[in-house]
Amino acid sequence: MTGTYLGMPAFPEAAREAVRDEVLRANLRHATHTIRDKRARSVAELADWDRLRAAGKAVKDHTLRHLDRYLLQLEEAVTAAGGTVHWAADADEANRIVTDLVRATGEREVVKVKSMATQEIGLNEALEAAGIAAYETDLAELIVQLGHDRPSHILVPAIHRNRAEIRDIFRTEMGSWGRPAPEPLGDDPRELAEAARLHLREKFLRARVAVSGANFMVAETGTMVVLESEGNGRMCLTLPETLISVVGIEKVVPTFRDLEIFLQTLPRSSTAERMNPYTTMWTGLGPSRGADGDGPAAFHLVLLDNGRTDTLADETGRQALRCIRCSACLNVCPVYERAGGHAYGSVYPGPIGAILSPQLRGTGTEIDASLPYASTLCGACYEVCPVAIDIPEVLVHLRERVAQGGPVTRGGVRVTLRPADGRTAERATMRAARLLLDHPGALRAGERLLARARRLAPRRLPGAGRAWTDSRELPTVPAESFRDWWARERGDTQ
Amino acid sequence: MRAALFVTCVNDALYPRTGIAVVRLLERLGVDVDFPAAQSCCGQPQYNTGYRHETEPLMRRTARAFAGHEFVVTPSGSCAAMIREHYPRIGRKAAAEGRGGELAEAAASLAPRVYELTEFLVDVLGVTDVGAYFPHTVTYHPSCHGLRGLGLGDRPRRLLTAVKGLDLVELPGAEECCGFGGTFAVKNPDVSTAMGADKTAAAAGTGAQVLCGADNSCLAHLDGLLRRADSPMRTLHLAEILAATEEEPLP
Repeated sequence: MTGTYLGMPAFPEAAREAVRDEVLRANLRHATHTIRDKRARSVAELADWDRLRAAGKAVKDHTLRHLDRYLLQLEEAVTAAGGTVHWAADADEANRIVTDLVRATGEREVVKVKSMATQEIGLNEALEAAGIAAYETDLAELIVQLGHDRPSHILVPAIHRNRAEIRDIFRTEMGSWGRPAPEPLGDDPRELAEAARLHLREKFLRARVAVSGANFMVAETGTMVVLESEGNGRMCLTLPETLISVVGIEKVVPTFRDLEIFLQTLPRSSTAERMNPYTTMWTGLGPSRGADGDGPAAFHLVLLDNGRTDTLADETGRQALRCIRCSACLNVCPVYERAGGHAYGSVYPGPIGAILSPQLRGTGTEIDASLPYASTLCGACYEVCPVAIDIPEVLVHLRERVAQGGPVTRGGVRVTLRPADGRTAERATMRAARLLLDHPGALRAGERLLARARRLAPRRLPGAGRAWTDSRELPTVPAESFRDWWARERGDTQ
Repeated sequence: MRAALFVTCVNDALYPRTGIAVVRLLERLGVDVDFPAAQSCCGQPQYNTGYRHETEPLMRRTARAFAGHEFVVTPSGSCAAMIREHYPRIGRKAAAEGRGGELAEAAASLAPRVYELTEFLVDVLGVTDVGAYFPHTVTYHPSCHGLRGLGLGDRPRRLLTAVKGLDLVELPGAEECCGFGGTFAVKNPDVSTAMGADKTAAAAGTGAQVLCGADNSCLAHLDGLLRRADSPMRTLHLAEILAATEEEPLP
């Protein structure tokens, strides 16, 4: 994934700062609670939600099982409609394809409609290195880009910013990217939106190349689908002459009818709306091209793998590929709410990020090995997921990969991972605890020893126990274990 | 009726009062209680931290200890969920890895016989008024594994509402995790503490004297935070409240 996240510390350290940042905590709490309450209400409106959820899961599972077939069908349909399909195995290949396509047009700038796939591969940085400027046009993305920041939420990348912070970013940064912010500029949402509108309008009217992602790709028709709220995406998708879409291979669905499910579940799960304001669909060059000159004259689809096929090879972990990027799991996650999106070290934060990143990137780095542990396994994410991804199950599965090692597919090759480094003490503790617990006689002796020494119990523990006693008192050791009470009261009959 | 008590390792070593309360409560309701001494931990700490292989011997032990019992009752939603939800999963994985079908069979046999305390009271015994007396203001934190893993629903609240003298006040944000999460509490201490602090603040805001739960692990975390802050609020396991009567009030 993107280079900007390289060298991230493990999740606990990254989260520490966020937990202490009162402004950030307040911003996140307000935003996530507002949207989670709204989501619950809009989902409750549908009597058949559980069936929609099951149907979405079934369609995605079926598609993933026959992914090769549907991708070839998609390629055929897109090609037949006048588009060109490119296959990218990894981030470098995808970046190279897009850079070459933009160069071929002779342009030095592109407009972008929010795309997680291009953030995943670090496309903006790759384009910049090739002397091409990429302008984000989604409002939240624009805020992130102007603020030299990183996205911290799937749907609301600037969720960590409040209005005053956004006003300051617009004031100081807009001028160096294009049209400056109007003076004076207040922090009223309408004023901020108008400043962004004027700034972006200039970009839309000038741009001849656009880069987009897609929420869905329909295999039978070759149709691309983008859902958005602002209309900035539609500007990108219709005004420029060349449109390049970079889409993860898991975004394909078999038939046009399948969209019926997701056009209901995605908006309600993400923005808590019955329907999103803009749904743009295009097939190849689009039917309007010949008639009135609207729509791009060239369409390129870059199908991105970047770890997805490897993820697909994992029976338990592959369900993460069902994700439709709604962000409902982020908004209900109590860990995300305190730690913020940046702590996850990826364009995919929150519970889904905790299972997606260590699969797409592997568990080799500190941050990736720590992500499966960035959860209390409370299950709130699973409960709201519109495609029923059992995130806690995958988290535990990935913890096992980190702690015990095991078989995994990397680059299409089946390899056996060794346990992650630096876990010798933990492994020894787990084993010792298990040995003790598996010998009730020894356990009982240990409990008695503890009871006798209870008066000497320290208030603060050294080592790993410090993490508990730094902020919490230890439970008081009782004078007698339950086991001993039972034996004393009822006689040791068994 | 006869039932076996699965007391859980945390209750056994640190919160024996919970186990004693379950015994008194069930016996008061006419249940003969067995305590198979061969029992130990369900293996949840190992499993949830990623050490599935270390879990397997404990799973075998648990299944053996309760092999002869039709009803196994435990005062922990978390441990009940471990046995009901994850034992079958671990058994299937072991079989897929070629370690015979013995674990899978043991799991399949044990899982449906395990009941969390409030399930056993409401569903099996069919009671919500257990004859308890506890004249205090109480707020209830439904721990995640009981709430979402087992789907306990309003069983705990129905039991509490029927307690004589008890004033039950709603906990704002009740369904949010308290931040314990097993080894999460030490692996991510800052986030864990922040979550727990919000939970205890919400509990204190209700004006309740007692923060009640049905999982001693969550309560240990919350109690640790309350005591560090010198808060007058105390934590109690649901079983202790249900066991208290006018003749034998809580100490």
